Amino acid sequence: MMDQTQSATETSLSIKGLQLSFGAVQVLKDVNMDIRQGEFIVLLGGSGSGKSTILNCIAGLLDVSDGQIFINGRNVTWDEPKDRGIGMVFQSYALYPQMSVRGNLAFGLKNARLPRDEIAKRIGRAAGILQIEDYLDRKPAALSGGQRQRVAIGRALVRDVDLFLFDEPLSNLDAKLRAELRVEIKRLHETLGNTMVYVTHDQIEAMTLADRIALLRDGVIQQFASPEEIYRKPVNLYVAGFIGSPSMNFISGEIAGGQFRFNGRAINLDRYDGAPRDGVAILGIRPEHTDFDTGSSEAGIEAIVELQEHMGAESIIYLRLDGQRFALRTPDDTHYPEGTRLSLSFDIARASLFDPQSELRL
Amino acid sequence: MADIAFDGPRGPKPRRRLSGRNIMIYGTLIVVALYYLVPLYVMVMTSLKGLPEIRLGNIFSPPVEATFQPWVKAWAEACTGLNCDGLQRGFWNSVRITVPSVLLSILIASINGYALANWKFKGAEFFFAVLMIGAFIPYQVMIYPMVILLRELGLYGSLTGLVLVHTVFGMPILTLLFRNYFATLPDELFKAARVDGTGFWGIYFRIMLPLSLPIFVVAVILQVTGIWNDFLFGVVYTKPEYYPMTVQLNNIVNTTTGVREYNVNMAATILTGLVPLLIYFVSGRLFVRGIAAGAVKG
Repeated sequence: MMDQTQSATETSLSIKGLQLSFGAVQVLKDVNMDIRQGEFIVLLGGSGSGKSTILNCIAGLLDVSDGQIFINGRNVTWDEPKDRGIGMVFQSYALYPQMSVRGNLAFGLKNARLPRDEIAKRIGRAAGILQIEDYLDRKPAALSGGQRQRVAIGRALVRDVDLFLFDEPLSNLDAKLRAELRVEIKRLHETLGNTMVYVTHDQIEAMTLADRIALLRDGVIQQFASPEEIYRKPVNLYVAGFIGSPSMNFISGEIAGGQFRFNGRAINLDRYDGAPRDGVAILGIRPEHTDFDTGSSEAGIEAIVELQEHMGAESIIYLRLDGQRFALRTPDDTHYPEGTRLSLSFDIARASLFDPQSELRL
Repeated sequence: MADIAFDGPRGPKPRRRLSGRNIMIYGTLIVVALYYLVPLYVMVMTSLKGLPEIRLGNIFSPPVEATFQPWVKAWAEACTGLNCDGLQRGFWNSVRITVPSVLLSILIASINGYALANWKFKGAEFFFAVLMIGAFIPYQVMIYPMVILLRELGLYGSLTGLVLVHTVFGMPILTLLFRNYFATLPDELFKAARVDGTGFWGIYFRIMLPLSLPIFVVAVILQVTGIWNDFLFGVVYTKPEYYPMTVQLNNIVNTTTGVREYNVNMAATILTGLVPLLIYFVSGRLFVRGIAAGAVKG
C-alpha cells in the first residue's frame, strides 16, 4: 500500500551518477535523475540510446558499473529485482505460456508467500481495473495482443508497488490498439497515482503520456523537461530534430543587428524567445510554425513546391528553398501543383536558433 | 473493351497425378523404403523358421511352419561365453545402464545449458568453448585415460563407472542442444520471472522446464539410442556379468563353435533393436506434438 505519510513532492526514484559499460563499450555515461512521487516519466530515444538499459538497471536486471539507485529513499543498488518494490511490463508481454491468466497474475504473489485470500483479492481488484475478469482462466495463447498486454500490466498491478516500469509496452500492437491502450495507461496513472517510468521510441507516446521526458542519445540525457518545453525550446540540434514529424527545418545563416540573415534575406528577431549573440547560427523552424505570407513578404522568402501530402485534416507541403528541402504543415487543403512558387513567413516567437559549433540553443 | 471473352482458366489449377515430378518423388521413396525394409523382412522371416527350413535357402519365402522357439532361445537359453541364460541378462544390464545414464546426463546438461544461456556468469564463454572442444575429440583417444581415471576412483568394471562415462561423454552435445534451445526462449520471460521473485532453480523448474518438452524429447531419443546401442564403452568399462545387451548379442552371433543358428541370431538382433525402435515410435509422436504446442505460443 502506498505510504500515506509520504508527502507528494518526495522523490520516488533517484538515479545518481549511473554508469554502465559492457567491456570497453560505455552504454550509460553518468545518468542522473530525480523523479517525484506520482510522476510519469518517459525515457525517449532512438535504438542504442540506452533507454531500455536504464530501465533494466532500475529494475535490477542489469548490474551497474557505477552509481546508485534509490527507490522511495532506500538504496536498492545491490537489491534483487523482487526486493525493489517495482512492477515491470515488457514489450513482448512475457506472459508465462503454460499458466492461465490467473496463474500469471498469482505467480509473483505466490513466490512472495502471500496468503491465499490476499492473492485472490488483489487479482480481483487488478482484473476489475483492467477489465480482464472474463478471461482469467484462459491461457495467454488464447488472447489477442491487446488482451495479453492488459494481463502483463495486471501482473505489475497486483504487486501493489509504488513504481511501475514499462519497456516499450505498446510497440507490438497495431496502430489503433496502441492509441487505445495509450489512453488507458494514462487513465491508469491518474487512477493509481503511482510513479511510472516508460521507455519508448515513439514521440507521440512520449508527448501524450509524460509529465517529463528524458531524451537520450548515446547513453547521455540530452534534455529532461516537460513535453511542452522539449517541443518549444529544444536545448540542442539533436533534440530539435528528434521531436516533431516532419522534423524541424534548419537554415544556416548569421545573426547581426537583431536580424537573422541568409542568402541576402533578413528576418527580424525581436520576438525571438531568448537572447542570441551575433555570429553564424542555424535557424530551426517547425513545419507547423511556417505559414504562407499573405501580406508583402517581409524577407522575400520564396520556395518552390515539390510534393504535397494530403492527410485529411491538414496537408504537408515539401518545398525547395535555396536548394534545400523545406517542409510546411498547413490546414489549407488547396492543391498546389509542382513548381508553384509560394512566399513564406516564419513564426519567430516559436523558432529556435542554434550555435553550429556546440549545437546548443542560443 | 466490351468484347473481352471471359473464358479460359478459372478456379483451382488442375494438377496431374502422374506428372514426371510425382513419379520421380514417389519412385525414389518406394525404392529407398524397400532398400531398408527388405533386410528387416528377411530377418523376421528367418527368425520364425526352423533350422532345416533355413537350410533350403529361400530367404524371401515366409515360414512354412512358423515357430517362436528361436525367440525363446535368444531371450532365455542362448549361450554367451560362460552362462547360457540368453539375452535377458544383457537386457536388464542395458536397462540398468541406460536409465540412469539418460536421466543423469539430461538433467545435468539441461542445467548447464540453462546456466550458459540465461545467467551470463564470468567465464561462461570459456566453459562453453572447453565443452565444445570435448565434442570434437574422437572417443577412442579418451578410452585409456578414462580406464585409469575409473580405476583410481575405484569404479572400474562397475555399472556406476559406465553410467558416469556415458554421462560425461553425452555432456558436450547435450549442453549445446539445451543452450541453443533456451537461448531461443524470449529473454523477457526470464526477466519477468526475476521481477516476480524467482531465483535460479525456480526459473529453471517452473518457467523453463514446462516450455522445453520438445527439446527434452529430442535429448531422450538421442541418449537412449546412443547409450543402448553403445558397444565400445560397454565392453571396455564393465566385466562380463554387467555386459550390456549389445555386447551379449555380439557374443551370441559370433560364437565359433557348434552350429550357426541363424534363426536365433536374427531373433536376438531384433530383440536388441526393439528398444530404440520403440523410443522412436512413441517419442516421435510426442515430439511432433511438442513442436505443435510450441507453435501456437505466439
